Amino acid sequence: MSETGMKKNHILRKLFFSTLYLSTFTFGGGYVIVTLLKKRFVDELHWIDEEEMLDLVAIAQSSPGAIAVNGAIVVGYKLAGIAGVLCSVLGAILPPFVILTVISFFYNAFRENFVVQAMLSGMKAGVSAVIMSVVFDMASGIVKSRDAILLIIMVLAFIANYFLKINVVFIILATAAIGALRTILREKQG
Amino acid sequence: MKYLQLFLAFLQIGAFSFGGGYAAMPLIKAQVIDRYAWLTMADFTDLVTIAEMTPGPIAVNSATFVGNQVAGIPGALVATFGVILPSCIFVTVLAYLYTKYRRMALLQGILQSLRPAVVSMIFAAGLSMLMSVLFVSGAFSLALSNFRIRGCVLFLAALIVLRKFKAGPIKVMVGCGVTELICRLAGTLL
Repeated sequence: MSETGMKKNHILRKLFFSTLYLSTFTFGGGYVIVTLLKKRFVDELHWIDEEEMLDLVAIAQSSPGAIAVNGAIVVGYKLAGIAGVLCSVLGAILPPFVILTVISFFYNAFRENFVVQAMLSGMKAGVSAVIMSVVFDMASGIVKSRDAILLIIMVLAFIANYFLKINVVFIILATAAIGALRTILREKQG
Repeated sequence: MKYLQLFLAFLQIGAFSFGGGYAAMPLIKAQVIDRYAWLTMADFTDLVTIAEMTPGPIAVNSATFVGNQVAGIPGALVATFGVILPSCIFVTVLAYLYTKYRRMALLQGILQSLRPAVVSMIFAAGLSMLMSVLFVSGAFSLALSNFRIRGCVLFLAALIVLRKFKAGPIKVMVGCGVTELICRLAGTLL
């Protein structure tokens, strides 16, 4: 095997095990994983420079899908192209796949169990509180932006989704179109 | 047919959840409960709770869980593949364009407008969940007998602990689960 081939294999292996490790032990969502990816590949391995990583993270966050998976994709692509993407994505989704498959099995076996039922029922109240708290933080960020159009979007999207039961995909496409239009108009003025 | 439905449903979830974290929740609800009725609202709430307790993005966790429930491990594979495919394509293309042009203003403009819509839709999905915590199922009037008193108390307590004491979400949820379990045990013993 050639030297570059060996180097590439080394990178791919490192990518796979880094994302596998981070994905197994990181609780608390995609933003945490992205921070840890940066720590690993920028601060420890020095394979990506800081500024470029910021842009890669921005790509991961602006794309659809889970941020953790997107973060793995950008880093994989940057370091080893399509092969890198495949390795890092596999590493990122393998842990949740295995864990949820096991849980799914136990869920069917134990969902009538007294203790499991009580725990899940109680945790339902907790998870509702967690979601409402996250929503509150996100919404107050938007209110603080003092951007009237963003506020109007927020109110209209809620009415459209909750009361009018308009398809979620349609709401997203419409809002994306507004955003594109605004950006283009702003660029023409500036 | 089941496999194709799973694939397409999760492909849509992967393609249109912008913003990470809970952004996938309204889309999952729209497909999995409203459209295909693969899960009940109660199962869905359990799923969100489980996803919150385990590492991995909600979208990937849900794909694996729902795929397993509907069609076993092959179903889980198909659904999980569906949910990450849009990310793989979209992010790789963007990363490619970025390395060529290094310009992302339009995308970030679109994302800025999407954020308030996403907040509203997470709120709407969370509200449906919260209703099942606060009210006896199927109740639409605000009569006192329609409230689930323990659910209301747990929710408010969880909210206070989260906001005032800045406790981590997993601790809060486990706390709620254990409290509910103790209440039920006490109920059967007394």
